[in-house]
Amino acid sequence: MERSLSHIALFAALIAVLGFVPQIMLPFGVPITAQSLGIMLCGTVLGSKRGALAVLLFLALVAIGLPLLSGGRGGLGVFASPTVGFLIGFPMAAFVAGLVVERSRAGVGLSAGIGAFVGGVIVLYAFGIPGLALMLDKSLPEAALMITVFLPGDLIKVVLAALITQGIARMRPDALLSRA
Amino acid sequence: MLTLTSPRDTPLHGWPAGAKLAGLCLFTLALFQLASPLWLALVAVALALGHLALGRDIAAAGLGLLRPLWPFALVVAVWHLALRDPSGGAVILLRMGLAVAAANLVTMTTRLSDMLAVLMRLLSPLSRLGLPSDRIALAIALVIRFIPVLSDRIALIRAAWSARSPRPPGWRLMVPAALAALDEAEHVAESLRARGGAG
Repeated sequence: MERSLSHIALFAALIAVLGFVPQIMLPFGVPITAQSLGIMLCGTVLGSKRGALAVLLFLALVAIGLPLLSGGRGGLGVFASPTVGFLIGFPMAAFVAGLVVERSRAGVGLSAGIGAFVGGVIVLYAFGIPGLALMLDKSLPEAALMITVFLPGDLIKVVLAALITQGIARMRPDALLSRA
Repeated sequence: MLTLTSPRDTPLHGWPAGAKLAGLCLFTLALFQLASPLWLALVAVALALGHLALGRDIAAAGLGLLRPLWPFALVVAVWHLALRDPSGGAVILLRMGLAVAAANLVTMTTRLSDMLAVLMRLLSPLSRLGLPSDRIALAIALVIRFIPVLSDRIALIRAAWSARSPRPPGWRLMVPAALAALDEAEHVAESLRARGGAG
């Protein structure tokens, strides 16, 4: 019980802190925000339920007025902005990513990669695109077109989430609650 | 840690937080019913005057909080100019700006403690599902306490990296950062258990 609670709280804090660190510059100069990587890791490391709860806890703190989203954004305004669908999709993304890692029998790295892709890209976009379409009064294909610029960065994050989860599994095999 | 709430008390700070949130919901729903750019522009002028009436600092902060919207504003503006539908574009842009600005106004004029009290009241039905609200309160307190702790840990990891390498750490920072969070979580769990558990 205490272990679940402390892991959920510490990973919510980790997502917040990853919003402050400067953007990660990949070779060939592509910047990615570490925060959405943190969302994927919540699922792949903590598992479905704890991962989703950690993200929900983080979002609750953003909603009550703490500027914890990357770029110092926060407050109720972000839930009225065109990206609200992605915010709603975050806990679902972590849940699905965790579920894949829990259920799959493949190696940790591979299943974390599949989980991060299904959760952090497919499920996240399934919430984000309708949200964008609704807020900006566009059709679904039009909204999908608008966010294709983020797809390459998100695919890189999937690979990184797999590598990082595998690194954690190697150094602290017991700490990976999704496989406990 | 800084919150987005204005440190200077305005008359709106005194209003009950629940009423402000309910009002915000109604306002946002109403925005989506308005289809004429003229009406939306009138509401925008009224909201801007409302900001100014509360003080110039509030108006400046409110304007600053709208800045992250510019990429969407640009895309919509170009899109609708290309379609030769400026009034449709204006409706979308005004609605987006108004919804975000009104929500930010509530955030700026509501203290964190008041907002937290509303959140706890909204979450209280969860106790019947086995998630008592004092446990949620403990989790929120832990997050707020451990953001600076983890921030320091990551700064140390970064310093250790740059002592050894001329390049920035990039994504390699993430494994030790996540391990720091995991280790810290084990310590916190142990201390909670030693103090009688999380209830």
